[in-house]
Amino acid sequence: MQRRPTMDTLLSKEFYTMSNANNLLDNSIAILSQLLRTKQCSAVELLTEATANIDKHDASINSFITVQAKGHLMTMAQESDKRRTTDSSPLEGLPYSVKDSYVTDGLTTTAASNVLKDFIPPYTATAIKKINTQGAVLVGKNNQDAWGHGGSTENTDFGPTHNPWNTSHTAGGSSGGTAAAIAARMAVFGIGEDTGGSIRNPASFCNLSGLKVTYGRVSRYGTIAYASSLDTVGPLAKSVEDLAFVLHALAGRDTLDGSSAHEAVPNYTEQLSSSLKGKVIGLPKEFFSDVLDSEVKAIISRAIVTFEQLGATCVDVSIPLLEQAIPIYYLLALSETSSNLARYDGVRFGTDRSHFTPETKRRIMLGTYALSAGYADELYKKAQTARTQLITEYATALEQCDVLLGPVTPGPAPKLGELINDPVQNMLADLFTVASNVVGVPSLAIPAGFSSTQLPIGIQLTGKKFAEPLLLNFGHQFQSVTDWHTKKPELLGGKL
Amino acid sequence: MPTTTITTNQVAHIAQLANLTLSDAEQGQFAHSFTDILAVIETLKKLDTEGVEPTHQVTNLENVLREDVVDETNQFTQTQALANATQTHNGYFVVERILHNE
Repeated sequence: MQRRPTMDTLLSKEFYTMSNANNLLDNSIAILSQLLRTKQCSAVELLTEATANIDKHDASINSFITVQAKGHLMTMAQESDKRRTTDSSPLEGLPYSVKDSYVTDGLTTTAASNVLKDFIPPYTATAIKKINTQGAVLVGKNNQDAWGHGGSTENTDFGPTHNPWNTSHTAGGSSGGTAAAIAARMAVFGIGEDTGGSIRNPASFCNLSGLKVTYGRVSRYGTIAYASSLDTVGPLAKSVEDLAFVLHALAGRDTLDGSSAHEAVPNYTEQLSSSLKGKVIGLPKEFFSDVLDSEVKAIISRAIVTFEQLGATCVDVSIPLLEQAIPIYYLLALSETSSNLARYDGVRFGTDRSHFTPETKRRIMLGTYALSAGYADELYKKAQTARTQLITEYATALEQCDVLLGPVTPGPAPKLGELINDPVQNMLADLFTVASNVVGVPSLAIPAGFSSTQLPIGIQLTGKKFAEPLLLNFGHQFQSVTDWHTKKPELLGGKL
Repeated sequence: MPTTTITTNQVAHIAQLANLTLSDAEQGQFAHSFTDILAVIETLKKLDTEGVEPTHQVTNLENVLREDVVDETNQFTQTQALANATQTHNGYFVVERILHNE
């Protein structure tokens, strides 16, 4: 039986029911929150559905590294049901999951590497603490590319994550386990981490919405560092409206993270319903190069028409340095990771360094090479100066428009094994996502269609620093007139 | 522009700098993939960055400091700090000897 809210939600005037909803977890956060408040469903029921989906599907998806003990989860859900009032947070009682790159007090945290396979942290990351404080129930820790090193969740010591839309394909990465878990309705929302596309890429491959925030918008305290000047913490969910609720809980200054932003946190749901009339979308011509799959191109063209129907106009812009984004990103990210991963010496925690995967060893060594005597100036410093130039080009492009629109990835999710065995192709697959991290600006990935092989394809919107409200506005308006985001995998009885 | 070829000897040297142990087979594989990856990365060298200042971070923040006082709400007990260590002795971490001055 499909449940429907019986009264206007306090949270959203435009709530909707997922088009082929037959499970509680198909619903948006606004609806679930309303169902919970009006006692039409309970946190225990939501949790029961999430764990049933884990029991049924995770043997084939492999999205979790650690699932919390059922008895403990049930206690947390029961406590949430007792605690809830009509003023509770919209996240109260919702089952969620996080990439295993966040330390969690007393709960094994691996970063998907055997180096940390038995690591039990003594404290909890700020982001996770904030979500827990809202009353959400942490179901478990998700599979990922070890240390964030990859875009397919194959560089993991815990077996690859399979895409719920087609289990012979990757779920993307590095936050692939989190994306797969939400797509397979094992959690309502999730927290990923994005250094070069690690939230947007799996969101796109799993038909989810994913937000890479402005650098510093969300505290990195307690995240296992990949590349410190590029790492960002952000949400993945089934809709942009859901992202707004989660971001509201996540964002804000944290004295424990010196790089966290001082800017005030706006109400991220307030601007969702604003009209796009008069707003301008920039189309960087470098985003539409030959490497882009023709199906992705067609999907972006169709999305442009939708945005125009919503009142936005488009202008052509150019970011000539985009073709250098990969070298800039790789040099900076790998230099930083060689430094960050130097701490794993097997003395205070973790195993010795022989347990790194070949891909991680390659990244540490490339970074070491770029920072070593004789090469630091022509490689690392060169990338830092090119970073300045790329920042300038983005600023110029974003003066001519409100947001930039482009692809997330060159094509849909590759087959398992296709990229992990080809380090160069693996690197080039990040072309459209890495620049946002280098520049520090926010980017939103949203579902926009399917390939002929029935795999999800997303599009990407990028804004100025701290333009999250505007990106969410664009995304929510798009989702108010399209239903791509409501589709779910056949595995769960969904139909395209 | 000539591209850089990385030899197995160079890989062995980098591995030593990075404190990683590689098998002979791994050294060969890495030399090959390093060369391929550098062919992409080194295209950056042709970019004219004369007179451009490097960007180290993008926060626009400088000298973020806090009061130099102990925060007792955010510290580990000795037991917590040692809980994940492979080897401890009398409340200390045990590390391999690095100085051999008999």
